[in-house]
Parts: sequence; structure tokens; C-alpha cells
Amino acid sequence: MTDARAIRYVGQSLRRREDFKLITGKGRYVDDIKLPGMLHMAVLRSPHAHAVINRVDLTEAAAAPGVRLVLSGGDLVGRIGPIVPNWIIPGTKVPVRPVVAVDRVRFVGECVALVVAEKLTMAYDAVGLIDVDYEPLPAVVDEEAATRDGAPQLHDNVPNNITTVFKVRGGDYQQAAREADQIIRLRVVNNRLIPTCMETRAVIADPSADGTLTVYIPSQVPHMHRRWIAETVGIPEHLLRIVAPDIGGGFGAKMHLYPEDLLCPYLARELGAPVKWWESRSESHQSTSHGRAHTETIEAAIRDDGTILGMRVETSGNVGAYLSNMATGGPTVNTINYGTGTYRIANYEAVSRVIVTNTVPVDAYRGYGRPEGAYIAERTIDAVARHLNLDQVDVRRKNFIQRADFPYRPYGSMGVIFDSGNYQGCLDKALEAFDYAGRRGECEALRRSGRYRGIGMAAYTHMCGMAPSRRLATSGFDRGGWESARVSIDSSGRATIYSGSMSQGHGHVTSLSQIAADVLQIPIENIDVVQGDTRQVQAGHGTFNSRSMAVGGSSVHVSSGRIVVKAKRIAAGMLEVDEKDVFYSAGEFSVPGTDIRPVTFGKVARMAYVGHKLSDGLEPGLDETVFYDPTGMGSPSGIHLAYVEVDPETGIVDIIDYVAVDDVGTIINPLLAAGQIHGGVVQGIAQALYEEVSYDPDNGQLLTGSLLDYAVPRAEHVPNIRSFFQETPSPTNPIGVKGIGESGSIAAPPCMVHAVLDALSPFGISHLDMPLTPPRIWSAIQSARAGARQ
Amino acid sequence: MADIDAKRHVVTIEINGMRKAVSVEARKLLVHLIRDDLGLTGTHIGCDTSQCGACTVDIDGQAVKSCTVLAVMADGASITTIEGLSPSATRLHPIQAAFHEHHALQCGFCTPGMIMSVRELLKNHPNPTEAEIRHDLAGNICRCTGYHNIVRAVEALASEARNHD
Repeated sequence: MTDARAIRYVGQSLRRREDFKLITGKGRYVDDIKLPGMLHMAVLRSPHAHAVINRVDLTEAAAAPGVRLVLSGGDLVGRIGPIVPNWIIPGTKVPVRPVVAVDRVRFVGECVALVVAEKLTMAYDAVGLIDVDYEPLPAVVDEEAATRDGAPQLHDNVPNNITTVFKVRGGDYQQAAREADQIIRLRVVNNRLIPTCMETRAVIADPSADGTLTVYIPSQVPHMHRRWIAETVGIPEHLLRIVAPDIGGGFGAKMHLYPEDLLCPYLARELGAPVKWWESRSESHQSTSHGRAHTETIEAAIRDDGTILGMRVETSGNVGAYLSNMATGGPTVNTINYGTGTYRIANYEAVSRVIVTNTVPVDAYRGYGRPEGAYIAERTIDAVARHLNLDQVDVRRKNFIQRADFPYRPYGSMGVIFDSGNYQGCLDKALEAFDYAGRRGECEALRRSGRYRGIGMAAYTHMCGMAPSRRLATSGFDRGGWESARVSIDSSGRATIYSGSMSQGHGHVTSLSQIAADVLQIPIENIDVVQGDTRQVQAGHGTFNSRSMAVGGSSVHVSSGRIVVKAKRIAAGMLEVDEKDVFYSAGEFSVPGTDIRPVTFGKVARMAYVGHKLSDGLEPGLDETVFYDPTGMGSPSGIHLAYVEVDPETGIVDIIDYVAVDDVGTIINPLLAAGQIHGGVVQGIAQALYEEVSYDPDNGQLLTGSLLDYAVPRAEHVPNIRSFFQETPSPTNPIGVKGIGESGSIAAPPCMVHAVLDALSPFGISHLDMPLTPPRIWSAIQSARAGARQ
Repeated sequence: MADIDAKRHVVTIEINGMRKAVSVEARKLLVHLIRDDLGLTGTHIGCDTSQCGACTVDIDGQAVKSCTVLAVMADGASITTIEGLSPSATRLHPIQAAFHEHHALQCGFCTPGMIMSVRELLKNHPNPTEAEIRHDLAGNICRCTGYHNIVRAVEALASEARNHD
């Protein structure tokens, strides 16, 4: 119970408590850790996309200065591995993935051998002395090419390179197609990306004489890594301690099980010394998971007034050479479940094929499947507007799920429920902030003088915080949907929160403290947060799927509430009144209507630990642990608008304005929330305009092998982001939050593509695939002009 | 390779006001000397092609990516790293304070290098336009903030400087 005297922290733009160490150079990332006697591992990676390994000669490397151990894949057979995915859609054919390749390599960058040496430079030098005899095989890198007859086959147990086929169906698409005035068709490519956390991966495994092993790793999911490393290396889980210190960005890439995560623990135990591996950036491009990499074909059955009666979608999801941790879930559940977006489309039929190719494994990257799903829905609705010459706003309004429809199951889906939303409200707010009408007129006027401006729009919704646990089994997701929080009050009344969530820069120490402070009604300075140490934090799932506030925050809320309940019982004993007569507000327990002197939270905490005046049956201590399993998932939504100008002579896109209106439920901290939108939108703009992983289609060489070739945007390539919020609380959790981290990277790609296509509409250009680089745009304009002249 | 590396060189530098002499291999980069030999781990390594700017430090009054300099080339230089920026253990440098106030950092990995580049930017342009801010920070990649709040922090610093004039 709260009253007006209580301070509300939720909703305030508190500055982050974690900043001080990071801005003064006192952050502690894994690469900053140096242990006595620490050895260094370096990995030899395959230079071939596909080859048979005839022989690995380690002799010269083993004799090099400072080298302690040299191993090839064959040496590890039967000792560690294989690496098993954690999300296996039923019916999937799972290829065997050894930790280090044994007799065949399947992508450029796959581990072939390793060296452990006293210094990193010595390890690198020795790696150069390993001699491998390869017999190259034909390679395939494209998802559509990989399923054609005669394509190179990657795994004996995966015919046609298809591991998984997943289907979604609701209503009757065939019937809708018969009733439609027209059918429109699209083929869209969701370009392959590199997540590019500024901190690359790193692992240190430190064995202790008592049999425990501590692994320092920038993990989004420390407790999951504990389970996976324990099972794959054969270490009793309770003897394994995972420590995730400061993490330099994750975006999904740091939540998977990688070979190096297993090699360091194995080697540390073999050698009885700490073993460290640090990933260089160029190494990262060929060893850390990539994102997206889909091709989709879409068919929409429409009426001439812009109503969409039905959609049919086929997705080909390229997952690289092996099934990474969650690989089968992305192109399937996470993508085609959301293909109808924010629209009432009753008849839907979709199929997704998960396809292996000779490329780096593809896995979760900020949005994982939901950006691809929103791209399907939004490119379709925009194509409908373009095709029928209707305004993009009107067509969206006409097809939107209405406010009264929530909770809404799109196409009668059993698995997808949008819990709440107000899309019209977001749209109105966005149009006003953007001055849509004014700018529409400006575009038209400027086009007459040969200047090509365009307005892009995208709507999105999705679901955050996969839950509840018992619903996850059917999709083959081998973990729960709960999050754990322990709130421990010390004898002075100060609180320590042990959270299973794991910040990678999000600011959980600040936001989780805000949630707890409101419930505990104590000053926020009296609250600390511990994350990222499995010996301190009881249990957890970590941070991904925009789940940390919705699930992790709710668990903190619930456990803080239990603290207050118990504190009231203790206070009742101290005040010698009945528990139900105790009122708690602003850190004081009182008995309203009496002259009994209130007791403070601090005094109650002290009593909890001395136990002198506890009522019968009440245990000492003030310490509550919760495993909070949500009943459902929250559905954020939003409208983004972009205003661009394209220079027809160079193809360069100038982003004049970007407006984001996001409805992510209750906002814990507006400053941090806007920060999530800014970063996500820029990653989405990056996908739309700049970034793309390129492989040579003939030999499978990675062409974007470093930051010289992979175009991560700089400050001057992106605009200011005007972020606004609408707050429709989620009914699925006690604080009403929905999840925010992925919104920007979901909405921005279609929004940007639509803006550029709108600018190019005078040329008759109606489709381009991302990234919309200057050469791509310039060539399209040249072709359009040439076509017009003929 | 081994015999080239066997020859070591003594490098003497002044770093954050302290004089240090370190024996290094000829191939050692300055960033490794700063991080590994001197333990100043606030200077980060985010790439291997001098693109990201996470390792930016001040060498003799100029912001430099310390991965582009061999340690031996820094002999005799005066270097300031992020650890040497704040006037005392409890007081922040104005740029650090502005980054905190404007939420100009999330994961914090690019932040030390970014702050060192902002310092250089404000030295060259005490009153920068937004375009100048964005252009001058082209050597530093941030993946979390979308740069929006970094630009706000720099604008606020410039306007503070104007108010002091």
C-alpha cells in the first residue's frame, strides 16, 4: 500500500548509478582481467568455406617458444562436446557440431586447432606454424541456392540442407484469394548483419584447488551458460561459477554457446592454470553469430479499397553451417508468427524453412525474427498503398487491429496474443509530432523542382519475455520463462537485490532499484543490485527478448512486496497490535487512529535479525526470493516515421527527421527508455542503409571480414531521433511494462525503406532490397531513367 | 619471427603525470603497453583496423588512436588516458559529467575513447555546430546510443562554455 507521501521513483529520469566507473575508465570488462599464471589460447580458423581436413600437423607449433599445449579437433573427440542447440523446433534434423572441426570444415572461421601459450603473442605466432592439409569442396552461401537440386550438401542427416519446416495457418487463405479483387506479390530480402558489440567476446576460465572453476565471460545469460558449459564440458554444475562483469554490448550475440566458451574451461582444468581467450574484431566477424539472413516471398489478397483479406508467406532462413543456440526459433516462431503485424488479417498461411549454408552460424540479433516479421507485414501494407495509389496512413488505419479488439489473437492463432495496445493513438501522436500533412505537401512541392524527398512509415507489434514456462515446451525451447529476484534486507534496513537479469549496458542497477524503491518505500540510495555472478545470484535466465523489465522487473516487484508483507508482521509484533492494523508508508509502520508511535523500516529490519520480539511462528530474517513466472507476454507497439531526401546524382540518402512513438507500457525511466529507442533505431537504420555481410558466392569467402569492409554507421551517418512514448500498461505483469530493447531495430528498417521508396516514386521505382546504399539507389535511378527513355 | 621479437627496447613516457620506463618488444602497440604493462585498462580495444576509436588517448596534446602507434614510437611522449582526466578521485571532468547527465553512454565500452575525442573536438571547435560534432566524432564508433545523447552532451558542454565567456 502506498500513499501520497511516498516518493515515486518509477517514471523518473534518474541518471544512471552505473555510470561513474564507466566514464572514469574503471569499468571491468573480461579483457581487463589478468590472473596470476594466466595462459592464453589462440584459435586456428578455417580459411575454406567447405573442405575435407586430410591432416593437421601440430609438430612445429608444439615446439614454438612458450607453447604449453596444441590440440586439433581429433584430440578432443569424446572429451568435450558436441555443441547442442537450446531451441529445437520439433521435427528438426540437428547436425552434429563438434567444438573443434574434426574431418571437415563448413564455414570460413570454424575452429580447426588451438594453441595455449604463456603469452598471447606466442600463441598467435604458434598458430601460424600449424600446417593443415585441406581438400576444398564446393560451397553454398545463399539460402535459396542451398535448397536447389545439386547444391552442395553440408550434413549427411540434413537432406537438401533444410533442418526444419515450420508452418502457421489461420482462416482460409485460398478462400480469401478467391474473394479478393487483386493479388499482389513481393519478394524481400532481410540482409545478413553482424551484431558488432563494441566489446568482442572473451573468456577466462580459472580453476581452483577446491575443485571449483570460475569462468569470466560477457554473458547475457550467466545461469544458462553455467548449465551449458557444465553439460558440454562435463563439469558438475554446482562447481562451476560464471561471472559476467561489465559487458560491452550484447544485442543477442552474447547469449549463445560458442566453442571458445567450452575450450577455456576444458583447457584450464587440463593445465591446472587460468586460460584466457580474447576475440579480435576480424576474428569476431567470422566466429560470433550473425543476424537476419532471410528471403521471403509474400502474396497478399486485397480488395480495391485497401483491405487485406489474406496473406501467404514463405520464409527461407539462412542459419549458417550449424544450428547455433536458438537458430531454429528465429526464422520460424519469431518471424512468421508475426507476419500479419498490427493488422486484422484473418486468413494467413505461412511456411518457414530453416536452411544450412557454408557461412557463420546465424542467431539472435536485436529483435530476432520480429524485425523480419514486421518487415513482411510492413513491406506488404506499403506495397498495397503504393499499388492502389492510396495514402500509406489511410491503408494502415483501415487494417489496424482496433483498441477494442485486445487481447487479440491474429488470424485466430493459438500461440500469438497481443495483450494490449492503441495503434490509432500512436499513429495520431506520430503524425502530429512529424507534421505529416505539412511534409506531404513539402515533398510534392519539392519534387516539382527536381528534389526527391520521401516519407516512410512503419507500425509494429510483437511479444516480449517468452513465457509462461509451461507453454515453452511445445516449441522446443529448452528453458523456462521465469526470472528470479532475491531481495535481501540487511540489519540496517538497506536492500540488496540479486537479479537473474543481466545488463549489457541497459542500466538495470538504476531501473531495478527504481522498481524496488517504490515497493519498499525506502530511499533509492539504500538499494544495491547484484547481477552476473552465479555464486551470488540464486538463479536466472538473463537478458534477451526485451524481457528484463517485464519479467526481471516484475520479479523484483513481487519479492519486494513480500518483504513488505513480512516486515508488517514483524512490525505488528513490535507494536503489539494485529498485523492487519499496521499501515506502511514512506518507510514507517504505523497504526492509524491510535497514538502508537510508528516504527521505521530500519528498526523492523533490525528486529528481523535480532529476533527478540517476533510473534509466534515467525522466522527471523528479512530476505525473500521469487521465481516469477508470468502468465502471459506483453506486446509493445509503435509507429515510426522518417523523412529523407535522396540525391539522384549520387544515390546518397539524407535523413532529415526521424520520429518514433512507442507504446511499451509503463515507463520505468524515460531517459533510459529513450536511450534504448535511439540505439535500436540506429541499428535499424544501419540495416536499411549501410550494413550487409557479403560472401563470395563462388567460394564462400567472407568479404566483409573487418570493420574496414562492414559499414557500421558513424555519428554523421545518422540523424537525431525524436522519441515519444504512449503508455498503455500491459495487463500481463504487476508493473504494466512491456519491453523496449528491440522496438527500434524492428521498426526502423521498413520505415527507412519506405521513406526512400517514397522519394524514388517519381522514377517509378517500387522495390529495392536493403541495404539501400548509394550505388544501389543510383543504379536503380539510372535503370529507371534508361527505361523511361526507351 | 622469434629472433626479431627477442630484441627489447626501453620506452620512457610520462602518463597521467607519472614517469614510466617499460621494456617492450618492437612490435608492441602503444595500446598494449598502456593496458598490459601499465594496467590502465580504461583504454579499450574494439577493433584491429583502427576504425573504432575505443583506444583513443591524448599524446602530446593530440587525440590519437593508440592502436596506430607502436610503443617504441611513443618514447619521450606525454600521454593522458581516461584515468588521467578527472581532477581527483571524486570529481569528474566536465565531459565525464556531461556524459552522465545526458545519458551519453550505455555499455560504456566506447566511452573512454569517445570522451578523449570529444575533448579534442572541443579544443578545435569550442562552439561546434551539430554537423561539426557529428563529423569530428567520425573516428569513434558507438553501437548503443545511436550517438543521439553523445551529441546532446557535447552541445551542452559547448553552451556551458559560451555561458562562461
